[in-house]
Amino acid sequence: MENQIALQLLQDLSVPGRRATAFPPEELAEAGTSSQIPDEHRADHTLSLPELSEGDIVRHYVSLSQRNMSVDTHFYPLGSCTMKYNPKRHERWAGMNGFINAHPYAETNDIQGLLAVLYEMQEMLGEIAGLPSVSLHPAAGAQGEFAAILTASAYFASKGEDRKTVVFPASAHGTNPASAAMAGYKCVQLKPSSTGLVNLDDLKQHLSEEVAVFMITNPNTIGLFEKDIQKISEMLHDVGGLVYIDGANMNAILGKTRPGDFGGDMMHYNVHKTFTGPHGAGGPGAGPIAVRDFLGDYLPGPIVTRETDAQGKTVYKLSKPPKSVGQLRSFIGNIGILLRGYFYIRTLGGVGLREVSEHAVLNANYLLSQLKDVLDVPNGDRCMHEFVASAAPLKKQGVTAMDIAKRLLDYGFHAPTVYFPLVIPEAMMMEPTETESKLTLDRFADTIKAILAEDPETLRSAPLTTPVSRPDEVKAAREPVLSYCPCPTAFEVEAPKGVKETVPSYI
Amino acid sequence: MSYLFATPEEQQQMLAAIGVENLDDLFEQLPEDVRLNRELDLPPALSEIELDRMLRKISSDFATHGDRVCFQGGGAYDHFIPATVDEICSRGEFYTAYTPYQPEASQGTLQAFFEFQSLITALTGMDVANASLYEGASALAEAIIMAIRSTNRGSRVVISGTVHPEYIETVRTYLMRNECEIVIADAVDGVTDWQQAGSLINDQTAAVVVQHPNFFGCFEDVQSVVDQAHAAGALAIEVFDPVSLGVMKRPGDYGIDIAVAEGQSLGIPLQFGGPYLGIMACREKFVRKMPGRLIGQTVDRDGRRAFVLNFQTREQHIRRDKATSNICTNQGLMALRASVYISQLGPKGFVELGDQCHQKAAALADRLTEAGVGQLAYAQPFFKEFVFQFNRPVDEVIAAAQNAGFNLGPVLDRFEFPNGVPENSLLIAVTEKRTFDEIDRLVAALSR
Repeated sequence: MENQIALQLLQDLSVPGRRATAFPPEELAEAGTSSQIPDEHRADHTLSLPELSEGDIVRHYVSLSQRNMSVDTHFYPLGSCTMKYNPKRHERWAGMNGFINAHPYAETNDIQGLLAVLYEMQEMLGEIAGLPSVSLHPAAGAQGEFAAILTASAYFASKGEDRKTVVFPASAHGTNPASAAMAGYKCVQLKPSSTGLVNLDDLKQHLSEEVAVFMITNPNTIGLFEKDIQKISEMLHDVGGLVYIDGANMNAILGKTRPGDFGGDMMHYNVHKTFTGPHGAGGPGAGPIAVRDFLGDYLPGPIVTRETDAQGKTVYKLSKPPKSVGQLRSFIGNIGILLRGYFYIRTLGGVGLREVSEHAVLNANYLLSQLKDVLDVPNGDRCMHEFVASAAPLKKQGVTAMDIAKRLLDYGFHAPTVYFPLVIPEAMMMEPTETESKLTLDRFADTIKAILAEDPETLRSAPLTTPVSRPDEVKAAREPVLSYCPCPTAFEVEAPKGVKETVPSYI
Repeated sequence: MSYLFATPEEQQQMLAAIGVENLDDLFEQLPEDVRLNRELDLPPALSEIELDRMLRKISSDFATHGDRVCFQGGGAYDHFIPATVDEICSRGEFYTAYTPYQPEASQGTLQAFFEFQSLITALTGMDVANASLYEGASALAEAIIMAIRSTNRGSRVVISGTVHPEYIETVRTYLMRNECEIVIADAVDGVTDWQQAGSLINDQTAAVVVQHPNFFGCFEDVQSVVDQAHAAGALAIEVFDPVSLGVMKRPGDYGIDIAVAEGQSLGIPLQFGGPYLGIMACREKFVRKMPGRLIGQTVDRDGRRAFVLNFQTREQHIRRDKATSNICTNQGLMALRASVYISQLGPKGFVELGDQCHQKAAALADRLTEAGVGQLAYAQPFFKEFVFQFNRPVDEVIAAAQNAGFNLGPVLDRFEFPNGVPENSLLIAVTEKRTFDEIDRLVAALSR
């Protein structure tokens, strides 16, 4: 990460005539078929793609990878994102021939083993949620939210009801209102309360038979369990509405309580967060949803069903629920990610999952205990798996949450989530996860303390050791450059002291 | 087995620092009556070696599938994946990174995504591309929502009846609660009748959608779509096949407004349907209406080139219910795979790739016809897949192929087409991976 010289872009490395892959020409000589591509569709261009050797490509991407922080290289306490360790064995298993080479239109009798695994995954996710009907179909958490809102909408439509609004607390993830709006609902946001929990009085004000769904994250984005959740559910059910649990924070409650037990009617999982999956700079994910039985017929699909054939043999099939809202994407789902979640659950079992949550909560509370005397903690000194600290008091010295975040990068720690949730000024949201050691947490806390003792000017000039520092986002938005621009003046390369020659291709 | 660190001694030290006696005390926020007072009813935990053994057995239960030669298509294809793709993309620094909210800590990822955008614009001939959506069908749904929002003139959407049926269903699901009129244009002999479809396009139309090559592998009159859409003030959306772009015209060459594709062909394994890669590119003037992540080039405060998440004010974490879409997770790793794949092929590789797919597919169709087992269902030129109508029931055809070690399909009667499909017909795809030996053995097996 110390390197300060801009890396060239792929296109800058291009040398006419270089190439890395060729297809066997003799195979075409055998074809004996002239091209059928009609002139009006035939290419009349040469693709302006870079021409590179394989060595060029490998060095380029390895150099790029070294300009990243990641879970494999750094502690990454991003609240609400759950950056836990990704077990390496999962990659080997997900790459097994039968999983990686199965075509989505394979005959079901060829893939009974794979379907059995997916069926078991549906069952396990139903048990963990306490909501028995499961669809593995959605591609990501936000698509899961959208899928569940549509499922609810189809259920209401079947009862002849056309409800218009979806309600959520001010601290909700942005995906909640965005998903509800995509489904054509009016979004109603509750006022924040002083306790960090749902403002019951304000909720009451907004409840009527117009309300379709209340979307809530529990534990919430402040890191607190909504202790009134049953009361909230009753209030919703009294007006005929449904309660949706955003499953982003399930890693805090695995085996301790279940959305179905505390009043939720629907939820989505972020398989890649709760059960591990490689985040890969933001994806791919998988967002299966679990719902109460009476909503099961409306789920998006396909889903896996189990039957017994005439010979008494168990047979797995793919089918759509009878009143399904339909598909939200092509094919079955993000199977590669779902498999990694399956491996995680199978290697831990019920007891192991409970321990995951206990240790996630232990680590978060321990880190909180180490920081509560140096940072403001507006919502008390106890939390679930994550907590929000505030750097607001430091504003007097001209230091912001962003300054602290940037300075942490210099010390080899990824920054916490900053400026979320929006309801807390100068928010710094930290989620250590269960896969970090006490030693790492101590070092992190000591580093924050050391940073707070530094002079404000140092913090404002941070980060000093990263490849770039404080990029100009306003310029990016005002003068957008969104793809390769060959003009040499597009950027200035500044060499560090002692380096006089022109910039080498690889650093 | 677990991935926890704390030893019992450390656990005690941590509990003491927090000021509680045991782990249970940490959960005092949970009301008593919602606590699960039993263990989850899940299968017992397995060690690495036990689960490894079990998965090998499950995998071998259907090894027949992975071991059969794949002539299947319909939106997911068995293309060759160069070794560099797996090697580079499995590096932990890419693999286990997250959304680049702190650009200084993520320049590797940000530059890789910027390069992905650049490679997609070069490949498609379009102005801008985003840094990946979920997959092809939802990318099409997002494109239609984007067109409705950009034109702001009504919400009639005309979709060719030769677009992948799962894509059309996805669009219907996405728009089920919007007051949107989805009109499907009829197909004749495997291609859309754009003369007749022209009457469906009116001044309320936001978008006209064509897939090219279409679901049946045939070529569509894209230029006519673009001209008719633009004449009516609507946007033209094309679902394209990235593998075809070395030998076929690009969406940008026709003047398409929004181009979307399934990127699975670009270095991503089949893995039973996902994760795949949604590709979206558009003309510059629509960029601020685009859903998903966009990476922009800028400078840092010392004037060095830097990359950042751009136009974040379009996104759900800022704009909430006014966002261009609800997309939060992208397909970062899949976009990286596609970038390495495209870099590996280069301009000449794409021409060879297209030629190999096209000519081998044409050879298989010719040889099947010569063998007298049936004929092309549609008398149309095609790119890399085609609908073949057999002289006998498709169940028998599939069984004969499987016995000889081949998979074909999908069977078309699993879908509902507005104009139906010829009896006993199957979709067959041929990629550059297939050899003439495999093609001849398949023809021989189906001739028996």
